[in-house]
Amino acid sequence: MSNAFIAFQKNEDTRCIVEAIVDDNPGAMVNEQPAMVKIDVPNRLVIKRASVEEKMGRPFDLQELQVHLITISGHLDETDEEFSLSWNS
Amino acid sequence: MQMDLRTVSITPLRQTFGHLARRMGADKPASRYVEATMDLQPVENFHFRPTWEPELDIFDPARTRITMKDWYALKDPRQYYYGAWTQARGRMQETAEGDFELVDELGLAAAYPQAGKEEAFKVFLPLRHAAWGSNINKAYVSAYGYGIAISQAACYASMDQLGIAQYVTRLGMAFGDIEALAEAKQAWLDAPEWQELRRYTEDLMVEKDWFEVMVAQDFALEGLLYPLVYERFNDRLNAAHGPVFSMLTRFQREWYAETCKWTDAVLKAAAADNPENKDRLATWIAGWRERAIRALEPIARLAFGADAPVVMEEAVAALNARAVKAGIPL
Repeated sequence: MSNAFIAFQKNEDTRCIVEAIVDDNPGAMVNEQPAMVKIDVPNRLVIKRASVEEKMGRPFDLQELQVHLITISGHLDETDEEFSLSWNS
Repeated sequence: MQMDLRTVSITPLRQTFGHLARRMGADKPASRYVEATMDLQPVENFHFRPTWEPELDIFDPARTRITMKDWYALKDPRQYYYGAWTQARGRMQETAEGDFELVDELGLAAAYPQAGKEEAFKVFLPLRHAAWGSNINKAYVSAYGYGIAISQAACYASMDQLGIAQYVTRLGMAFGDIEALAEAKQAWLDAPEWQELRRYTEDLMVEKDWFEVMVAQDFALEGLLYPLVYERFNDRLNAAHGPVFSMLTRFQREWYAETCKWTDAVLKAAAADNPENKDRLATWIAGWRERAIRALEPIARLAFGADAPVVMEEAVAALNARAVKAGIPL
């Protein structure tokens, strides 16, 4: 089983996104680096719009996360509600 | 000469303030809102009691009958601290100013049918005084509320109402001129349709329990008034006379949609704290709702004529649904 992962630049917005990921993905491993944060989740990583909005306290468009994005791995599936990365295994 | 570059990672000794780490149970980065809110309420070393109310401390949780295990549970889901709030309002204001400018530039207000203007003067313009009353009442909540979570959000809402009073005034100025404002003030002071609403607003100015003031003003009254005026009355004017009224009331509509989230979250948190709160909130809501219905009925008749009872009924049903969703069965 491989890890799906995503890495962001560290800032106010991504702090909320990372918190949302940790809440929604029980196996999430957060790796804090200088100015960067990488999150690994076995098999499938999901970012839910509603969870991020709750953390941020404002409306959030999942495409906004592209601004802070460094890299991803996994097959990407994106809807208005969810941004997910997964491996077929 | 050879130079080796190497990355040195300097980890901060702590991620946030000690009191926040203790509150969150872990030393992790806190949001600006949390930093600018939690545990900021002065709680001790009050040397003197207020001379006007010596039985209470200057900041005293006993100024309301609502009790909370943690006053910071009354969080603002919008996460407004001063900076975030001014930025959000700045953006809203920019759009609203743009609308006013466009209406002015194209002469849309002057071209607005006289019948529509008359209706707006009659039903809408006196609300600038209601907004000012709301400013006073929300300022009371902010001044005597306990725990910064509630008092800062109430302060912002109070200032918002001052802004709303100004936008109502400016619509009046765009549609008519200074006489229209004077007539609206006379209506607020003397016209029988407005007296119940005025009494409601003014009675709240002498109500002691700040949480009750908030329930009565923010939830019961504005929870009915805003949908009636900014949704239903607005729809009616749009259908008859075109969308200029909507453009000039955009700020209020956006403000209400956003502020509801805060009001509902505060009620929900207070009701969830203990069953006594829940009962008390239910009693307050039921009581003030009846008074608000009585206060708004004549204005609904002014606005909707024969449709008034149906429109009121729908607004009340929506308000009840909000209460139930906040965990307060009526």
